[in-house]
Amino acid sequence: MNPGVLTIYRWELRKLRAQKRTYLGLGAAALVPLIFVIALVTQGGQPEEVAFGRYVNETGLAIPLVLLLFGSVWMFPLITALVAGDIVSAEDRHDTLKGILTRSVERQQVYAGKVLATLTYAVVAIAIMGAVALGAGILASGFNSITSLSGTEISANEGLGLVGLSLLVYLLPIGAVACIGLLLSTVFRNSAAAIVGTLMFSLLVQLIGILPGLEAIRPYLLSTQFDAWQGFLRSPIDWDPVIRAAWVCALYAVPALVAGALVFLRRDVAGD
Amino acid sequence: MPRLMPQTTPIEVRGLVKRYGELLAVDNVDLTVEAGDVFGYLGPNGAGKTTSLRMMLGLIRPSAGSVRLFGRDPQLSVSALEGVAGFVEAPSFYPYMNGRRNLELFAALDAGDSAARIDESLEIVGLADRAKDKVGGYSHGMRQRLGIAAALLRQPRLLLLDEPATGLDPGGMRDMRDLIRELSARGMTVLLSSHLLAEVEELCNRVAIVRRGRVAYQGSLADLRQQAGEGYRLRTTDEARARAVAVAQAGITEVVAGENATTFSARDEAAVSALSLALAEAGALIVEMSPRHATLEDLFFRLTEGEESALASETRPKLRVA
Repeated sequence: MNPGVLTIYRWELRKLRAQKRTYLGLGAAALVPLIFVIALVTQGGQPEEVAFGRYVNETGLAIPLVLLLFGSVWMFPLITALVAGDIVSAEDRHDTLKGILTRSVERQQVYAGKVLATLTYAVVAIAIMGAVALGAGILASGFNSITSLSGTEISANEGLGLVGLSLLVYLLPIGAVACIGLLLSTVFRNSAAAIVGTLMFSLLVQLIGILPGLEAIRPYLLSTQFDAWQGFLRSPIDWDPVIRAAWVCALYAVPALVAGALVFLRRDVAGD
Repeated sequence: MPRLMPQTTPIEVRGLVKRYGELLAVDNVDLTVEAGDVFGYLGPNGAGKTTSLRMMLGLIRPSAGSVRLFGRDPQLSVSALEGVAGFVEAPSFYPYMNGRRNLELFAALDAGDSAARIDESLEIVGLADRAKDKVGGYSHGMRQRLGIAAALLRQPRLLLLDEPATGLDPGGMRDMRDLIRELSARGMTVLLSSHLLAEVEELCNRVAIVRRGRVAYQGSLADLRQQAGEGYRLRTTDEARARAVAVAQAGITEVVAGENATTFSARDEAAVSALSLALAEAGALIVEMSPRHATLEDLFFRLTEGEESALASETRPKLRVA
C-alpha cells in the first residue's frame, strides 16, 4: 500500500513545525496587528488615507481591514513566500529529496503534499493575523458597528461575519502567491532566490497596476485581487470583485502549480 | 499487483547513458547483478558511479538505455523500488529533527510496516543511544550509519550503497564491512560502489570496473585475479623483430607492444627459455626479460587510468571490454 498524499501532507506539516522560519512567519502575522494596535493606543491618531482608517478608534472591526490593505503591498506576500519559496528548495539544501523519493511515494504525491502544507501555512498565517487583529482591536476600540464603504452602518455582529469573509477572500490572492512561490522554489532550488523572486513578482505586478494607460488590465492583475474583499464592505454586497478574484487568482495559481509539478516530476535529483 | 518471482534478476542495466551537455558521465553501461551477489561497482572518483546509481534508483533520467530492478523500471513508478533500498552519496537527513524522527518520516513514506523496525534498525547500526539527538549534530560516520538504518527499515532484498565506507574511521569501516557481510549472509543482494579496491576485494564476489563512464571489466573477482596473473616484460635491441619472433614462438601468447618494452604471457618457463634462444638466433638481443607479477591493484590502475588504447580489445584480449 502506497502511503498516499495525506501521509506526506502530515509529514510536511511536521517538518514545518520543526523549522524556525515557520514561526518567524506566523510570529510576524501575530506581531504586526499587535504592534499596530499598541501604536494606535499609545499615540492616538489614525491612518486617514486608507479605507476604514478613520474608524480604527471607533471599532476593533476596522483593525484587520486596515491591515489587509497595508499588508497586501509586501507583508503578507512575504510571509507566504517565506515558506512557499522554501518548501521544495529546502529539500535541495539538505539534499533530502533523494531520500524521500527512494521510499514508496511518487513524485507527484510529494509535490501535492507540499502544496497542501504550504496552503495550510498560509491559511494559518492569515487566521492568526485576523484573530490577533480582531482580539487586540476589540480590546482597544471596542466591538462596535462599522461604517461600510457605501456609508451605511453595519452592526458589530454582521461586521464580524463580513470581516471573516474578507479574510477568506483574501486567501485567494495569497494562495496564488503561494503557488508562484512553490514554482520558484522548485525551479531555483534556492530558498533565498525563490522568496525574493516571489516578492519581486508581487511588487512588479503592483507597479504595472499604476502605469498610466494600463487601466484596462488592472482588474486582472494579481495585486488588484488583494482588494476584492472590499466588495463585502459595500451595501448591498458587491460580488463582482469577489467572483473575479476567484477566477483571476486561479489563472495565476493553476499554471504555476502545473509548471512547478512538471518541473518537479521531470527534474534530475542529482547533487550539486 | 502480481508477486515478484524470486528468480527475477535484481539489477539489469542495459546500454545506460547519461549525458550532461558534452560530458558523457555514464557511457553505455551494461550491468547484471544476480540474486545473492555482493557486487562491487569499482572505479575512481568521477567515473560515473554515483550517476549510475542515481539512475538505478530513478532519481535521474537516463539519456538512453534502461534499468530494471527485479524486472521493473524505476523511471516509470516508484513501485519498482519495492524491496529495494539504499543511498547515493552521503545519506542526507533533516538536520532540525532527531535521528529517530527522521527514520519515522522515512518509515511513514514506505509502503510496508517499516515503522515497526525503527528500534531494530537503530540497534543494528549502533545508534540507539543517539537517536534522540538532532541529526544536525551527527558526525559523518553517524549519518552514514543512520543511512543504513533508513535502508534497513524497508527490509530490502536489494541494497544499493554508494561508497558506504567513505569518511568512516578505521573502526567504522570495519563495522560497515561486517554489517554488509552479515546482510549478505542473510540473503540480501548488495551493490556497493567504491573507489577502494581493497574494500571491494574483501566484500564482493563480482565486480564491474568503470573508468570515465564505461565498464572496463565485469565479472567475478576470481576471474579478474586470474587475469591479473603473470606475464613477462621484454626489451631487446630490435623490438619489431623480437615481437615477430615472440608471436611465432610456441607457448608464447598475448604479445603486446608497450611504450618501451614488449609484454607477453608464457605457458611455462620452458617456453620462456626457448624464446630467449630464438631471440638471440634472430639477432634481437635481450636487454631485459623479467617476470611481472601483476597485482589486482595494477590491473585496477591499468583499467582505470590507462590510455583508451590500453583497453582496446586487440591489445587486451583477455579482458571483456564493454
